[in-house]
Amino acid sequence: MIDFSSIVTAVDCFLESAMPHQLAIVVKCILAAVCALVAYLSFAILMIYMERKVCASFQCRLGPTRVGKWGLLQVFSDVFKMIIKEIIEIKDSDRILYNLAPFLVVMSSIITFSCLPFARGLQVLDFNIGIFFIMAASSFGILGILLAGWSSSNKFSMIGAMRSGGQMISYELSMGLSILTLVVLSGTMQISEITEMQTKGWFIFRGHIPAVIAFIIYLIAGNAETNRAPFDLPEAESELTAGFHTEYSGMGFGFFYVAEFMNMFIIAGIATTIFLGGWAPLYIPGLEGFNHAMCYIPGSIWFIGKTLFIVWVLMWIRWTFPRLRIDQVLVLEWKFLVPIGLINLLIMTICVVMGWTF
Amino acid sequence: MKFEDTYIGTVFYTAKSLLTGLKVTLKEFFTRKVTEQYPENRKTLQISERHRARLVMPHDAEGNNRCIACGLCSMACPNGTISITTKSVTDEESGKSKKVLVEYSYDLGSCMFCQLCVNACPKNAIEFSNEFENAVFDRRKLVLRLNR
Ligand code: SF4
Ligand code: SF4
Repeated sequence: MIDFSSIVTAVDCFLESAMPHQLAIVVKCILAAVCALVAYLSFAILMIYMERKVCASFQCRLGPTRVGKWGLLQVFSDVFKMIIKEIIEIKDSDRILYNLAPFLVVMSSIITFSCLPFARGLQVLDFNIGIFFIMAASSFGILGILLAGWSSSNKFSMIGAMRSGGQMISYELSMGLSILTLVVLSGTMQISEITEMQTKGWFIFRGHIPAVIAFIIYLIAGNAETNRAPFDLPEAESELTAGFHTEYSGMGFGFFYVAEFMNMFIIAGIATTIFLGGWAPLYIPGLEGFNHAMCYIPGSIWFIGKTLFIVWVLMWIRWTFPRLRIDQVLVLEWKFLVPIGLINLLIMTICVVMGWTF
Repeated sequence: MKFEDTYIGTVFYTAKSLLTGLKVTLKEFFTRKVTEQYPENRKTLQISERHRARLVMPHDAEGNNRCIACGLCSMACPNGTISITTKSVTDEESGKSKKVLVEYSYDLGSCMFCQLCVNACPKNAIEFSNEFENAVFDRRKLVLRLNR
């Protein structure tokens, strides 16, 4: 299997030898940022195209077919349209916060994105509290959404932002609980180490029942985190026009849109990393030939494949269920997911202490 | 209290009903798609018999139509789409005078395809056809003469 850390080390050595240490660090930061941004945008485009095709399939349609072969250029033309649109200055809006909000949302999702391990050694940020950092970084996206609603001086935006705040902060909790369950199983918070451990069996199999329950809770909470149906009440278009981004046009809206799609990818990516083994190939103990064959598929393909599968599952859920009411959303979280998550955490701890995991 | 109403019961009941929903959409995901790709599929295009695309007046082999110029269709039309020009012809045998159709004018541009005219006609002299490619570059071309 290719180890990307050797390539990274090679680049690192080259930069260190070619220029002074300080400059090398700056250049490395810029390189990493550019790579992360390019990957982010390419995945955003892939994601939007996939959403349109999958959504069409679930509704028995074909989706975009006219712009380019199989509608492949549709997303590019949409983005181009978005870029050339005017960004309208809203009367009575809080200029600074209004312009800052989309960047906060995108920034939080890019930081979280750069923590995803695409292959062995292929991740921008990796340190001993990785999972913790992901949770912290992803939750300040809420701040952007609240600010967007607050600053655009529009009651719909305001209600949307408040709903979104209530919903996202609540669901953060059960997401954290389900991640914690897996941290109990793995015994570490470092993302690279978590994945490394799963080369000997994915956690969803090794942690059996509690891991599966945590996985389901994680998917539900993750869906709510990304503000997508059936939890899309922050932007319930039938009630609130577009919720917190009603007043945004052009790229301001574009950022929210891209961030929403990428958050879905990130949620799926984290699910892949902690439950489905990240870039680790499928490992079945006892079948050495099979395991060996699986290792020939590169880790990045495994990671992206598994992530896209989870994204597909999230889209499946999104295009199946109708929107919940705000009280139902909160009841689901506080009366069901949190207690079940807590009990599940307890079960997992008992399993780990008694050595009932594989 | 039924099991489904208890706290634990709701969890299972909800899971079951959600899975039912997911099953339905999953089936939909793999069925053949209904989208018709119009200009490419012109050869194989299927259009319902009852589709109302354009009013026509069928003529038999000798070029006669069944219209008796009674004007009921033009009276039934809410949009004033149909206008009929008639003349009186005296029948040579009986000596009675009789109305005959000179021109049956139908303005496709103002028709809303409600079919009231077809329903009003006592002789079934008019009907809707399936030729739906009616676009032209000039409004005047939409005013059609239906009789020959
Ligand atoms: S279909 Fe309706 S609108 Fe059209 S000609 Fe007949 S009566 Fe008039
Ligand atoms: S088409 Fe029918 S309703 Fe209209 S004038 Fe002729 S016979 Fe009468």
